[in-house]
Amino acid sequence: MKYMMLVCADELAELSQAQRALVPAATHEWVTEMKDRGIRLTGDQLSAVSDATTVRVRDAEVLLSDGPFAETKEQIAGFDIIECADLDQAIEVAAKHPVASFGSIEVRPFRQP
Amino acid sequence: MTADITPAVDEAFRAEWGKVVATLIGMTGDWDLAEECAQDAFAQALRVWPRDGIPRRPGAWLTTVARNRALDKLRRHASEADKLRQAAILSPPDDPAGGGVDPEDIPDDRLRLIFTCCHPALRLDSRVALTLRTLAGLSTAEIARAFLTAEATMAKRLVRAKQKIRNAAIPYRVPPAHLLPERTSGVLAVLYLLFNEGYTATVGARLVRHDLCTEAIRLARSLAGLMPDEPEAKALLALMMFHHARRASRVDAAGDVVTLEDQDRSLWDRSEISEAAAILGAAARLAGALSNSGGPVPGSRPGPYLLQAAIARCHATAPTAASTDWALIADLYRVLIELVPSDVVRLNRAVAVAMAEGPTAGLALVDELAAAGALDGYYLLPATRADLLRRLSRAAEAALSYRRALDLAVNDAERRYLANRLAEAQAAAVAGDGSVAPLN
Repeated sequence: MKYMMLVCADELAELSQAQRALVPAATHEWVTEMKDRGIRLTGDQLSAVSDATTVRVRDAEVLLSDGPFAETKEQIAGFDIIECADLDQAIEVAAKHPVASFGSIEVRPFRQP
Repeated sequence: MTADITPAVDEAFRAEWGKVVATLIGMTGDWDLAEECAQDAFAQALRVWPRDGIPRRPGAWLTTVARNRALDKLRRHASEADKLRQAAILSPPDDPAGGGVDPEDIPDDRLRLIFTCCHPALRLDSRVALTLRTLAGLSTAEIARAFLTAEATMAKRLVRAKQKIRNAAIPYRVPPAHLLPERTSGVLAVLYLLFNEGYTATVGARLVRHDLCTEAIRLARSLAGLMPDEPEAKALLALMMFHHARRASRVDAAGDVVTLEDQDRSLWDRSEISEAAAILGAAARLAGALSNSGGPVPGSRPGPYLLQAAIARCHATAPTAASTDWALIADLYRVLIELVPSDVVRLNRAVAVAMAEGPTAGLALVDELAAAGALDGYYLLPATRADLLRRLSRAAEAALSYRRALDLAVNDAERRYLANRLAEAQAAAVAGDGSVAPLN
Protein backbone atom coordinates (compact mmCIF):
# COMPACT_ATOMS: atom_id res chain seq x y z
CA MET A 1 0.00 0.00 0.00
CA LYS A 2 1.45 3.32 -1.10
CA TYR A 3 0.98 6.50 0.93
CA MET A 4 2.04 10.09 0.40
CA MET A 5 3.29 11.82 3.50
CA LEU A 6 2.75 15.57 3.28
CA VAL A 7 5.18 17.00 5.79
CA CYS A 8 3.74 20.29 7.04
CA ALA A 9 5.10 22.92 9.36
CA ASP A 10 4.59 26.56 10.13
CA GLU A 11 7.52 28.24 8.39
CA LEU A 12 7.43 31.08 10.90
CA ALA A 13 7.00 28.84 13.94
CA GLU A 14 9.15 29.81 16.83
CA LEU A 15 11.56 26.99 17.29
CA SER A 16 14.66 27.56 19.34
CA GLN A 17 17.96 27.69 17.50
CA ALA A 18 18.91 24.42 19.10
CA GLN A 19 15.68 22.73 17.97
CA ARG A 20 16.08 24.04 14.42
CA ALA A 21 19.63 22.82 14.22
CA LEU A 22 18.55 19.27 15.08
CA VAL A 23 15.96 18.88 12.31
CA PRO A 24 18.20 18.21 9.27
CA ALA A 25 20.27 15.53 11.02
CA ALA A 26 17.21 13.87 12.51
CA THR A 27 15.45 13.93 9.14
CA HIS A 28 18.49 12.39 7.51
CA GLU A 29 18.47 9.65 10.12
CA TRP A 30 14.76 9.01 9.50
CA VAL A 31 15.31 8.85 5.72
CA THR A 32 18.16 6.37 6.14
CA GLU A 33 16.14 4.12 8.45
CA MET A 34 13.06 4.11 6.21
CA LYS A 35 15.13 3.52 3.08
CA ASP A 36 16.90 0.61 4.74
CA ARG A 37 13.56 -0.87 5.81
CA GLY A 38 12.35 -0.66 2.21
CA ILE A 39 9.58 1.74 3.21
CA ARG A 40 10.57 5.11 1.76
CA LEU A 41 10.48 5.07 -2.03
CA THR A 42 11.22 8.73 -2.64
CA GLY A 43 10.70 12.19 -1.27
CA ASP A 44 12.13 15.65 -1.05
CA GLN A 45 12.04 18.99 0.66
CA LEU A 46 10.39 22.04 -0.82
CA SER A 47 11.48 25.64 -0.90
CA ALA A 48 9.52 28.21 1.19
CA VAL A 49 5.95 29.17 0.16
CA SER A 50 7.24 32.64 -0.68
CA ASP A 51 8.83 30.98 -3.71
CA ALA A 52 5.54 29.36 -4.80
CA THR A 53 3.49 30.37 -7.83
CA THR A 54 -0.09 29.22 -8.23
CA VAL A 55 -1.28 28.64 -11.77
CA ARG A 56 -4.90 28.63 -12.96
CA VAL A 57 -6.36 28.61 -16.44
CA ARG A 58 -9.74 30.33 -16.81
CA ASP A 59 -11.33 31.06 -20.20
CA ALA A 60 -8.10 29.98 -21.86
CA GLU A 61 -6.20 32.62 -19.94
CA VAL A 62 -3.32 31.66 -17.70
CA LEU A 63 -3.73 33.32 -14.31
CA LEU A 64 -0.82 33.45 -11.93
CA SER A 65 -0.63 34.39 -8.33
CA ASP A 66 2.30 34.72 -6.02
CA GLY A 67 2.30 32.27 -3.14
CA PRO A 68 0.50 29.04 -2.27
CA PHE A 69 -3.06 28.17 -3.43
CA ALA A 70 -4.38 28.38 0.10
CA GLU A 71 -3.21 30.49 2.99
CA THR A 72 -2.92 28.12 5.93
CA LYS A 73 -1.06 28.23 9.19
CA GLU A 74 1.09 25.28 8.20
CA GLN A 75 2.67 24.86 4.80
CA ILE A 76 3.87 21.78 2.96
CA ALA A 77 7.59 21.65 3.62
CA GLY A 78 8.29 18.36 1.95
CA PHE A 79 6.88 14.99 0.99
CA ASP A 80 7.73 11.33 1.17
CA ILE A 81 6.24 8.43 -0.69
CA ILE A 82 6.19 5.32 1.44
CA GLU A 83 5.19 1.72 0.90
CA CYS A 84 3.59 0.16 3.98
CA ALA A 85 1.69 -2.97 4.92
CA ASP A 86 -1.23 -0.96 6.28
CA LEU A 87 -2.24 2.32 7.91
CA ASP A 88 -0.87 1.29 11.31
CA GLN A 89 2.60 0.97 9.83
CA ALA A 90 2.22 4.25 7.93
CA ILE A 91 1.20 5.96 11.20
CA GLU A 92 4.24 4.53 12.97
CA VAL A 93 6.53 5.75 10.15
CA ALA A 94 4.97 9.23 10.12
CA ALA A 95 5.09 9.51 13.90
CA LYS A 96 8.84 8.87 13.78
CA HIS A 97 9.45 11.76 11.37
CA PRO A 98 11.14 14.61 13.27
CA VAL A 99 8.74 17.25 11.91
CA ALA A 100 5.79 15.38 13.49
CA SER A 101 6.93 16.61 16.90
CA PHE A 102 6.32 20.29 16.06
CA GLY A 103 4.49 20.34 12.71
CA SER A 104 2.07 17.79 11.33
CA ILE A 105 2.11 15.06 8.75
CA GLU A 106 -0.83 14.22 6.54
CA VAL A 107 -0.81 10.57 5.52
CA ARG A 108 -2.81 10.02 2.31
CA PRO A 109 -3.17 6.69 0.57
CA PHE A 110 -2.70 6.66 -3.18
CA ARG A 111 -5.97 6.26 -5.02
CA GLN A 112 -6.72 2.64 -5.79
CA PRO A 113 -7.44 1.71 -9.41
CA MET B 1 -43.79 -26.63 13.72
CA THR B 2 -46.24 -23.86 14.38
CA ALA B 3 -44.66 -22.08 17.33
CA ASP B 4 -43.79 -18.44 16.77
CA ILE B 5 -40.17 -18.50 15.80
CA THR B 6 -39.62 -14.75 15.86
CA PRO B 7 -38.29 -14.51 19.45
CA ALA B 8 -35.73 -17.24 18.68
CA VAL B 9 -34.57 -15.42 15.57
CA ASP B 10 -34.45 -12.15 17.51
CA GLU B 11 -32.35 -13.84 20.16
CA ALA B 12 -30.03 -15.33 17.54
CA PHE B 13 -29.81 -11.94 15.86
CA ARG B 14 -28.72 -10.26 19.10
CA ALA B 15 -26.27 -13.01 19.96
CA GLU B 16 -24.86 -13.85 16.55
CA TRP B 17 -25.04 -10.82 14.23
CA GLY B 18 -21.64 -9.44 15.20
CA LYS B 19 -20.01 -12.85 14.94
CA VAL B 20 -21.46 -13.56 11.49
CA VAL B 21 -20.47 -10.13 10.12
CA ALA B 22 -17.01 -10.34 11.69
CA THR B 23 -16.37 -13.78 10.22
CA LEU B 24 -17.60 -12.74 6.78
CA ILE B 25 -15.40 -9.62 6.77
CA GLY B 26 -12.49 -11.85 7.73
CA MET B 27 -13.26 -14.17 4.83
CA THR B 28 -14.09 -11.64 2.11
CA GLY B 29 -12.45 -8.39 3.23
CA ASP B 30 -15.64 -6.69 2.03
CA TRP B 31 -17.68 -4.92 4.73
CA ASP B 32 -20.75 -4.24 2.60
CA LEU B 33 -20.87 -7.77 1.24
CA ALA B 34 -20.49 -9.12 4.78
CA GLU B 35 -23.45 -7.08 6.08
CA GLU B 36 -25.62 -7.94 3.07
CA CYS B 37 -24.96 -11.65 3.41
CA ALA B 38 -25.51 -11.62 7.16
CA GLN B 39 -28.87 -9.94 6.53
CA ASP B 40 -29.76 -12.58 3.94
CA ALA B 41 -28.84 -15.34 6.37
CA PHE B 42 -31.17 -13.99 9.06
CA ALA B 43 -33.95 -13.57 6.50
CA GLN B 44 -33.48 -17.19 5.51
CA ALA B 45 -33.60 -18.25 9.17
CA LEU B 46 -37.02 -16.60 9.44
CA ARG B 47 -38.20 -18.69 6.49
CA VAL B 48 -36.57 -22.03 7.29
CA TRP B 49 -36.51 -22.31 11.08
CA PRO B 50 -40.33 -22.43 11.47
CA ARG B 51 -40.31 -25.46 9.15
CA ASP B 52 -37.14 -27.28 10.20
CA GLY B 53 -36.77 -26.13 13.80
CA ILE B 54 -33.97 -24.06 15.32
CA PRO B 55 -30.56 -25.56 14.50
CA ARG B 56 -28.42 -26.87 17.33
CA ARG B 57 -25.80 -24.20 16.71
CA PRO B 58 -27.65 -21.20 15.30
CA GLY B 59 -24.44 -19.21 14.91
CA ALA B 60 -22.71 -21.84 12.80
CA TRP B 61 -25.87 -22.29 10.72
CA LEU B 62 -26.12 -18.54 10.06
CA THR B 63 -22.41 -18.21 9.26
CA THR B 64 -22.55 -21.10 6.80
CA VAL B 65 -25.60 -19.65 5.04
CA ALA B 66 -24.01 -16.19 4.92
CA ARG B 67 -20.77 -17.63 3.59
CA ASN B 68 -22.55 -19.56 0.84
CA ARG B 69 -24.49 -16.44 -0.03
CA ALA B 70 -21.18 -14.51 -0.34
CA LEU B 71 -19.84 -17.19 -2.66
CA ASP B 72 -23.00 -16.99 -4.81
CA LYS B 73 -22.75 -13.23 -5.10
CA LEU B 74 -19.07 -13.30 -5.92
CA ARG B 75 -19.60 -15.98 -8.56
CA ARG B 76 -22.41 -14.07 -10.19
CA HIS B 77 -20.37 -10.87 -10.52
CA ALA B 78 -17.05 -12.60 -10.89
CA SER B 79 -14.15 -10.33 -11.72
CA GLU B 80 -10.54 -11.32 -11.28
CA ALA B 81 -10.39 -9.78 -7.82
CA ASP B 82 -13.60 -11.56 -6.83
CA LYS B 83 -12.23 -14.91 -8.00
CA LEU B 84 -9.28 -14.42 -5.71
CA ARG B 85 -11.61 -13.65 -2.82
CA GLN B 86 -13.74 -16.66 -3.72
CA ALA B 87 -10.67 -18.83 -3.53
CA ALA B 88 -9.91 -17.36 -0.13
CA ILE B 89 -13.38 -18.25 1.16
CA LEU B 90 -13.20 -21.77 -0.21
CA SER B 91 -9.75 -22.42 1.15
CA PRO B 92 -9.25 -20.91 4.55
CA PRO B 93 -5.61 -21.18 5.57
CA ASP B 94 -6.29 -24.09 7.91
CA ASP B 95 -8.07 -26.01 5.17
CA PRO B 96 -5.80 -26.17 2.13
CA ALA B 97 -7.90 -28.93 0.55
CA GLY B 98 -10.68 -26.39 0.03
CA GLY B 99 -13.36 -28.66 1.43
CA GLY B 100 -15.29 -25.83 3.06
CA VAL B 101 -15.45 -24.66 6.65
CA ASP B 102 -16.19 -26.88 9.60
CA PRO B 103 -18.62 -24.81 11.67
CA GLU B 104 -16.77 -25.91 14.81
CA ASP B 105 -13.68 -24.13 13.51
CA ILE B 106 -15.28 -20.83 12.63
CA PRO B 107 -13.08 -18.29 14.41
CA ASP B 108 -14.65 -15.58 16.51
CA ASP B 109 -13.50 -12.52 14.62
CA ARG B 110 -15.43 -10.02 16.73
CA LEU B 111 -12.32 -8.79 18.48
CA ARG B 112 -10.72 -7.94 15.13
CA LEU B 113 -13.93 -6.21 14.13
CA ILE B 114 -14.24 -4.09 17.27
CA PHE B 115 -10.62 -2.94 17.13
CA THR B 116 -11.07 -1.96 13.49
CA CYS B 117 -14.37 -0.14 14.15
CA CYS B 118 -12.70 1.79 16.99
CA HIS B 119 -9.51 2.61 15.08
CA PRO B 120 -8.28 6.07 16.14
CA ALA B 121 -7.82 7.13 12.50
CA LEU B 122 -11.63 7.21 12.22
CA ARG B 123 -13.69 10.10 13.55
CA LEU B 124 -15.08 9.42 17.00
CA ASP B 125 -18.72 9.63 15.87
CA SER B 126 -17.93 7.22 13.02
CA ARG B 127 -16.37 4.76 15.46
CA VAL B 128 -19.51 4.79 17.56
CA ALA B 129 -21.82 4.42 14.55
CA LEU B 130 -19.76 1.68 12.94
CA THR B 131 -19.63 -0.29 16.19
CA LEU B 132 -23.39 -0.09 16.57
CA ARG B 133 -23.98 -1.08 12.95
CA THR B 134 -21.53 -3.92 12.43
CA LEU B 135 -21.21 -5.39 15.93
CA ALA B 136 -24.57 -4.68 17.52
CA GLY B 137 -26.55 -4.96 14.28
CA LEU B 138 -28.55 -1.76 14.73
CA SER B 139 -29.97 -0.44 11.48
CA THR B 140 -28.81 2.87 10.08
CA ALA B 141 -32.25 4.30 10.92
CA GLU B 142 -32.00 3.13 14.53
CA ILE B 143 -28.53 4.63 14.95
CA ALA B 144 -29.67 7.88 13.38
CA ARG B 145 -32.62 7.98 15.79
CA ALA B 146 -30.40 7.25 18.78
CA PHE B 147 -28.20 10.24 17.95
CA LEU B 148 -31.02 12.43 16.63
CA THR B 149 -29.35 12.68 13.25
CA ALA B 150 -30.99 12.44 9.84
CA GLU B 151 -30.84 8.91 8.45
CA ALA B 152 -29.14 10.14 5.28
CA THR B 153 -26.43 11.83 7.35
CA MET B 154 -25.84 8.66 9.35
CA ALA B 155 -25.77 6.55 6.16
CA LYS B 156 -23.16 8.87 4.68
CA ARG B 157 -21.08 8.68 7.86
CA LEU B 158 -21.09 4.87 7.75
CA VAL B 159 -20.23 4.77 4.04
CA ARG B 160 -17.32 7.20 4.54
CA ALA B 161 -15.95 5.22 7.46
CA LYS B 162 -16.04 1.94 5.53
CA GLN B 163 -14.47 3.66 2.54
CA LYS B 164 -11.63 4.93 4.67
CA ILE B 165 -11.04 1.50 6.16
CA ARG B 166 -10.71 0.12 2.65
CA ASN B 167 -8.89 2.98 0.90
CA ALA B 168 -6.43 3.80 3.66
CA ALA B 169 -5.88 0.11 4.50
CA ILE B 170 -6.87 0.21 8.16
CA PRO B 171 -5.91 -3.33 9.13
CA TYR B 172 -8.57 -5.84 10.17
CA ARG B 173 -6.83 -7.23 13.20
CA VAL B 174 -6.28 -7.19 16.91
CA PRO B 175 -3.38 -4.73 17.32
CA PRO B 176 0.07 -6.13 18.11
CA ALA B 177 1.32 -6.03 21.70
CA HIS B 178 3.05 -2.63 21.46
CA LEU B 179 -0.18 -0.95 20.32
CA LEU B 180 -2.61 -3.04 22.35
CA PRO B 181 -2.85 -1.09 25.64
CA GLU B 182 -3.50 2.22 23.88
CA ARG B 183 -5.96 0.75 21.39
CA THR B 184 -7.78 -1.20 24.07
CA SER B 185 -8.41 1.96 26.03
CA GLY B 186 -9.66 3.49 22.78
CA VAL B 187 -12.20 0.68 22.37
CA LEU B 188 -13.30 0.98 26.00
CA ALA B 189 -13.72 4.74 25.56
CA VAL B 190 -16.03 4.23 22.58
CA LEU B 191 -18.19 1.76 24.52
CA TYR B 192 -18.34 4.05 27.55
CA LEU B 193 -19.25 7.01 25.36
CA LEU B 194 -22.05 4.93 23.89
CA PHE B 195 -23.28 4.05 27.37
CA ASN B 196 -23.08 7.64 28.57
CA GLU B 197 -24.97 8.91 25.57
CA GLY B 198 -27.77 6.57 26.62
CA TYR B 199 -27.36 7.31 30.33
CA THR B 200 -27.53 11.09 30.13
CA ALA B 201 -28.64 12.05 26.68
CA THR B 202 -26.83 15.26 25.77
CA VAL B 203 -29.72 16.27 23.53
CA GLY B 204 -33.44 16.04 23.62
CA ALA B 205 -36.22 15.75 26.09
CA ARG B 206 -35.56 12.38 27.70
CA LEU B 207 -32.80 11.95 30.24
CA VAL B 208 -32.12 8.28 29.69
CA ARG B 209 -32.21 6.18 26.57
CA HIS B 210 -32.15 2.63 27.80
CA ASP B 211 -31.70 1.10 24.34
CA LEU B 212 -28.23 2.63 23.99
CA CYS B 213 -27.31 1.59 27.54
CA THR B 214 -28.41 -1.98 26.87
CA GLU B 215 -26.40 -2.14 23.64
CA ALA B 216 -23.33 -0.71 25.35
CA ILE B 217 -23.60 -3.30 28.13
CA ARG B 218 -24.07 -6.09 25.61
CA LEU B 219 -20.95 -4.96 23.72
CA ALA B 220 -18.93 -4.54 26.91
CA ARG B 221 -19.97 -8.03 27.96
CA SER B 222 -18.75 -9.46 24.64
CA LEU B 223 -15.50 -7.55 24.93
CA ALA B 224 -14.92 -8.76 28.50
CA GLY B 225 -15.51 -12.32 27.27
CA LEU B 226 -13.18 -11.87 24.31
CA MET B 227 -10.41 -10.33 26.45
CA PRO B 228 -10.65 -12.44 29.61
CA ASP B 229 -7.26 -11.25 30.92
CA GLU B 230 -8.02 -7.53 30.58
CA PRO B 231 -9.17 -6.15 33.95
CA GLU B 232 -10.31 -2.87 32.44
CA ALA B 233 -12.77 -4.60 30.09
CA LYS B 234 -14.40 -6.35 33.06
CA ALA B 235 -14.28 -3.16 35.12
CA LEU B 236 -16.04 -1.17 32.38
CA LEU B 237 -18.78 -3.79 32.21
CA ALA B 238 -19.21 -3.66 35.99
CA LEU B 239 -19.25 0.15 35.95
CA MET B 240 -22.01 0.26 33.34
CA MET B 241 -24.05 -2.33 35.24
CA PHE B 242 -23.80 -0.47 38.57
CA HIS B 243 -25.18 2.65 36.84
CA HIS B 244 -27.76 0.77 34.82
CA ALA B 245 -29.07 -1.05 37.92
CA ARG B 246 -30.35 2.31 39.19
CA ARG B 247 -32.25 3.13 36.00
CA ALA B 248 -35.78 2.79 37.47
CA SER B 249 -35.09 5.40 40.13
CA ARG B 250 -33.20 8.08 38.22
CA VAL B 251 -36.21 9.90 36.83
CA ASP B 252 -39.64 10.23 38.41
CA ALA B 253 -43.01 9.67 36.79
CA ALA B 254 -42.94 13.18 35.34
CA GLY B 255 -39.57 12.51 33.73
CA ASP B 256 -37.75 14.73 36.21
CA VAL B 257 -34.28 14.05 37.60
CA VAL B 258 -34.07 12.37 40.99
CA THR B 259 -30.67 12.88 42.62
CA LEU B 260 -28.73 9.88 43.85
CA GLU B 261 -29.49 10.93 47.40
CA ASP B 262 -33.24 10.94 46.80
CA GLN B 263 -33.50 7.82 44.68
CA ASP B 264 -35.77 5.06 45.93
CA ARG B 265 -33.20 2.33 46.56
CA SER B 266 -35.87 -0.37 46.63
CA LEU B 267 -36.19 0.19 42.86
CA TRP B 268 -32.54 -0.67 42.23
CA ASP B 269 -31.90 -3.92 40.41
CA ARG B 270 -30.28 -6.02 43.16
CA SER B 271 -29.35 -8.94 40.94
CA GLU B 272 -27.61 -6.65 38.45
CA ILE B 273 -25.73 -4.98 41.31
CA SER B 274 -24.51 -8.27 42.74
CA GLU B 275 -23.48 -9.52 39.30
CA ALA B 276 -21.60 -6.25 38.72
CA ALA B 277 -19.91 -6.63 42.12
CA ALA B 278 -18.76 -10.14 41.18
CA ILE B 279 -17.40 -8.92 37.83
CA LEU B 280 -15.61 -6.03 39.54
CA GLY B 281 -14.18 -8.51 42.04
CA ALA B 282 -12.77 -10.60 39.19
CA ALA B 283 -11.30 -7.48 37.56
CA ALA B 284 -9.72 -6.36 40.82
CA ARG B 285 -8.17 -9.81 41.38
CA LEU B 286 -6.68 -9.68 37.86
CA ALA B 287 -5.23 -6.25 38.55
CA GLY B 288 -4.38 -6.96 42.19
CA ALA B 289 -5.71 -3.49 42.83
CA LEU B 290 -8.46 -3.39 45.43
CA SER B 291 -8.25 -4.34 49.08
CA ASN B 292 -10.98 -6.31 50.86
CA SER B 293 -12.46 -3.05 52.10
CA GLY B 294 -12.83 -1.84 48.49
CA GLY B 295 -10.07 0.75 48.69
CA PRO B 296 -7.02 1.09 46.46
CA VAL B 297 -4.04 -1.13 47.29
CA PRO B 298 -0.97 1.12 47.76
CA GLY B 299 1.60 0.55 45.02
CA SER B 300 -0.85 -1.22 42.69
CA ARG B 301 -1.80 0.29 39.34
CA PRO B 302 -5.59 0.10 39.03
CA GLY B 303 -6.99 1.33 35.73
CA PRO B 304 -9.45 4.21 35.43
CA TYR B 305 -12.50 1.99 34.88
CA LEU B 306 -11.61 -0.17 37.87
CA LEU B 307 -11.54 2.91 40.10
CA GLN B 308 -14.77 4.30 38.67
CA ALA B 309 -16.47 0.93 39.08
CA ALA B 310 -15.24 0.75 42.68
CA ILE B 311 -16.79 4.20 43.27
CA ALA B 312 -20.04 3.13 41.62
CA ARG B 313 -20.08 0.04 43.84
CA CYS B 314 -19.89 2.21 46.96
CA HIS B 315 -23.07 3.97 45.86
CA ALA B 316 -24.89 0.91 44.60
CA THR B 317 -24.27 -1.16 47.73
CA ALA B 318 -24.96 1.54 50.34
CA PRO B 319 -28.28 0.64 52.03
CA THR B 320 -29.14 4.33 52.48
CA ALA B 321 -27.74 7.57 51.12
CA ALA B 322 -26.63 8.53 54.63
CA SER B 323 -24.61 5.33 55.05
CA THR B 324 -22.58 5.90 51.86
CA ASP B 325 -18.86 5.55 52.57
CA TRP B 326 -17.89 9.00 51.28
CA ALA B 327 -14.39 8.87 52.76
CA LEU B 328 -13.66 5.76 50.69
CA ILE B 329 -15.15 7.40 47.60
CA ALA B 330 -13.02 10.51 48.11
CA ASP B 331 -9.95 8.29 48.46
CA LEU B 332 -10.76 6.41 45.23
CA TYR B 333 -11.18 9.75 43.45
CA ARG B 334 -7.80 10.85 44.79
CA VAL B 335 -6.15 7.87 43.08
CA LEU B 336 -8.25 8.40 39.94
CA ILE B 337 -7.06 12.02 39.64
CA GLU B 338 -3.45 10.82 39.56
CA LEU B 339 -4.40 8.58 36.63
CA VAL B 340 -6.87 10.84 34.84
CA PRO B 341 -5.97 14.42 35.79
CA SER B 342 -9.25 15.83 34.50
CA ASP B 343 -11.18 18.68 36.04
CA VAL B 344 -14.44 16.74 35.89
CA VAL B 345 -12.85 14.09 38.12
CA ARG B 346 -11.61 16.85 40.44
CA LEU B 347 -15.15 18.19 40.63
CA ASN B 348 -16.46 14.74 41.56
CA ARG B 349 -13.83 14.44 44.26
CA ALA B 350 -14.92 17.83 45.62
CA VAL B 351 -18.45 16.46 46.00
CA ALA B 352 -17.16 13.35 47.80
CA VAL B 353 -15.01 15.49 50.11
CA ALA B 354 -18.01 17.72 50.83
CA MET B 355 -20.01 14.67 51.85
CA ALA B 356 -17.20 13.16 53.91
CA GLU B 357 -15.87 16.30 55.61
CA GLY B 358 -18.65 18.86 55.20
CA PRO B 359 -19.75 21.37 52.52
CA THR B 360 -17.11 23.95 53.46
CA ALA B 361 -14.24 21.59 52.55
CA GLY B 362 -15.97 20.71 49.27
CA LEU B 363 -16.74 24.32 48.43
CA ALA B 364 -13.06 25.24 48.83
CA LEU B 365 -12.15 22.61 46.20
CA VAL B 366 -14.93 23.75 43.84
CA ASP B 367 -13.87 27.38 44.16
CA GLU B 368 -10.28 26.38 43.42
CA LEU B 369 -11.50 24.79 40.18
CA ALA B 370 -13.66 27.81 39.32
CA ALA B 371 -10.77 30.21 40.01
CA ALA B 372 -8.58 28.23 37.60
CA GLY B 373 -11.27 28.74 34.94
CA ALA B 374 -11.05 25.00 34.49
CA LEU B 375 -14.63 24.05 33.73
CA ASP B 376 -15.95 27.23 32.15
CA GLY B 377 -19.16 26.41 30.35
CA TYR B 378 -19.74 23.10 32.15
CA TYR B 379 -23.09 23.34 33.96
CA LEU B 380 -22.19 20.85 36.70
CA LEU B 381 -19.61 23.24 38.15
CA PRO B 382 -22.13 25.98 39.07
CA ALA B 383 -24.74 23.29 39.86
CA THR B 384 -22.39 21.67 42.38
CA ARG B 385 -21.40 25.03 43.81
CA ALA B 386 -25.06 25.96 44.17
CA ASP B 387 -25.82 22.71 45.96
CA LEU B 388 -22.99 23.23 48.47
CA LEU B 389 -24.03 26.85 49.09
CA ARG B 390 -27.59 25.66 49.67
CA ARG B 391 -26.32 23.17 52.24
CA LEU B 392 -24.47 26.03 53.92
CA SER B 393 -27.74 28.04 53.94
CA ARG B 394 -26.23 30.73 51.71
CA ALA B 395 -29.43 30.92 49.64
CA ALA B 396 -28.80 34.11 47.67
CA GLU B 397 -25.41 32.89 46.44
CA ALA B 398 -26.92 29.48 45.73
CA ALA B 399 -29.60 31.11 43.57
CA LEU B 400 -26.94 32.91 41.52
CA SER B 401 -25.11 29.65 40.89
CA TYR B 402 -28.33 27.77 40.00
CA ARG B 403 -29.12 30.54 37.52
CA ARG B 404 -25.69 30.12 35.93
CA ALA B 405 -26.07 26.31 35.78
CA LEU B 406 -29.49 26.64 34.19
CA ASP B 407 -28.03 28.85 31.47
CA LEU B 408 -25.50 26.15 30.61
CA ALA B 409 -27.49 22.89 30.88
CA VAL B 410 -28.82 21.37 27.64
CA ASN B 411 -30.84 18.33 28.70
CA ASP B 412 -34.48 19.27 29.35
CA ALA B 413 -34.92 17.03 32.41
CA GLU B 414 -31.81 18.47 34.03
CA ARG B 415 -32.95 21.99 33.20
CA ARG B 416 -36.27 21.37 34.95
CA TYR B 417 -34.43 20.09 38.03
CA LEU B 418 -32.22 23.18 38.14
CA ALA B 419 -35.18 25.49 37.58
CA ASN B 420 -36.97 23.98 40.60
CA ARG B 421 -33.90 24.35 42.80
CA LEU B 422 -33.44 27.91 41.61
CA ALA B 423 -37.01 28.76 42.57
CA GLU B 424 -36.49 27.27 46.05
CA ALA B 425 -33.26 29.14 46.59
CA GLN B 426 -34.81 32.42 45.44
CA ALA B 427 -37.75 31.93 47.79
CA ALA B 428 -35.38 31.22 50.66
CA ALA B 429 -33.25 34.23 49.84
CA VAL B 430 -36.34 36.47 49.77
CA ALA B 431 -37.55 34.98 53.06
CA GLY B 432 -34.24 36.20 54.37
CA ASP B 433 -33.73 33.34 56.78
CA GLY B 434 -31.28 31.69 54.43
CA SER B 435 -32.74 28.29 55.08
CA VAL B 436 -33.97 25.94 52.40
CA ALA B 437 -35.69 22.65 52.85
CA PRO B 438 -32.99 20.00 52.58
CA LEU B 439 -32.93 17.75 49.51
CA ASN B 440 -34.17 14.80 51.46
